[in-house]
Amino acid sequence: MIALLLRDLRLAMRAGGGFGLGLAFFLLVAVLVPLGVGPEGGVLARIAPGILWVGALLACLLSLDRLFALDHEDGSLDLLATAPIPLEGVVAIKALAHWLVTGLPLTLAAPLLGVLLHLPDSGQVWLVASLAVGTPALSSIGAFGAALTVGLKRGGLLLSLLVLPLYVPTLIFGAEIIKRGAAGMAVEVPLLLLAGITLGAAAALPFASALALRINLR
Amino acid sequence: MDFVVSDLAVARGGICVLEGVNFTLRPGAALVLRGPNGVGKTTLLRTLAGLQPPLEGQISAPPEAIAYAAHADGLKGTLSVTENLEFWAAVHGTRGIDHALDRMNLRDLRDRRAANLSAGQKRRLGLARLLVSGRPIWMLDEPTVSLDVASVALFAGVVRDHLGQGGSALMATHIDLGLSEAAVLDLAAFRAQGRVQAAHGFDEAFA
Repeated sequence: MIALLLRDLRLAMRAGGGFGLGLAFFLLVAVLVPLGVGPEGGVLARIAPGILWVGALLACLLSLDRLFALDHEDGSLDLLATAPIPLEGVVAIKALAHWLVTGLPLTLAAPLLGVLLHLPDSGQVWLVASLAVGTPALSSIGAFGAALTVGLKRGGLLLSLLVLPLYVPTLIFGAEIIKRGAAGMAVEVPLLLLAGITLGAAAALPFASALALRINLR
Repeated sequence: MDFVVSDLAVARGGICVLEGVNFTLRPGAALVLRGPNGVGKTTLLRTLAGLQPPLEGQISAPPEAIAYAAHADGLKGTLSVTENLEFWAAVHGTRGIDHALDRMNLRDLRDRRAANLSAGQKRRLGLARLLVSGRPIWMLDEPTVSLDVASVALFAGVVRDHLGQGGSALMATHIDLGLSEAAVLDLAAFRAQGRVQAAHGFDEAFA
């Protein structure tokens, strides 16, 4: 399992692996929004939580269609399915690798973008906290979508349609944490709900994803 | 332990292509699957490897005993030959890839990226994975595609050694590997006569 994690990380870092793609997209979104909306700090500060979370969702989505598709094309997925590692473990590890190369960099880069969008200082901590707690759910749910659409031509488009609605609760609670945190209100409830979504997705979805993969491999 | 397949029926795209397949593969023995294109050689091998369920029948060996080598080699172009092989060795919990590199004549290419290998070299690397899998039953689907004469002979030697160590091999191939000890199974004899089965896909899974 560790070998699979290391391989996926290594592949992401090599040329054409897509590391930094999501992060660059996230940065661009956050830079473009003030250009479109105008520089008034009050307006930007109000929409910053939503923009940052929508940006994170879309950035995660960018690299999802490659999660299983590449392994399917070169035959690795067949071989992994017949390997001693359970397929559920393969899915969980690949989702973890996806989070390490997209969700984690987004979380670490977010404070910079928060400043760019005039997010109050009191919201910065919660921006990082909400992304740290919520982005693993994006990778888990995304892996499920990728497993459902593996092997389909133009599956990436269908994947977006499948996965984005599933991201709605994560988005709502994630942005709510930042909003409340910036306003100095209590954040426990949305934070716990977001943590619940992440834990639930990480626990249950690898099994659903593995089932979908097995059906798609037949 | 003998590998026994009895009364097996397999389907491709919801259509039963082979039925009543029976054979026994003893340790040290090889069986060559023959038959025209589309008869179900690949479908049979995928079923035996555990990638799709059989319609009916029994397979005596668990998928954990089977190393499957298909048309695609499962290589990553941006990883080197060594990295590719070490990954599969780690996945199968075996150590040491030197033996496999030597046997498939890949030592000189060990630091080259897989994307820069020729088709035949990629194939040799794909087949070297069998050696690091440590599994006794090899399922080979057209293993000699893109191999030159020397490489075919090299691979035939590898298979012969594997059989000599008590392993067994089931292969679909149109090329004679020169394994005089291999038995031949003509799949045309098991062709299913137009039996249509429900597709093993999402339609059925969520029906």
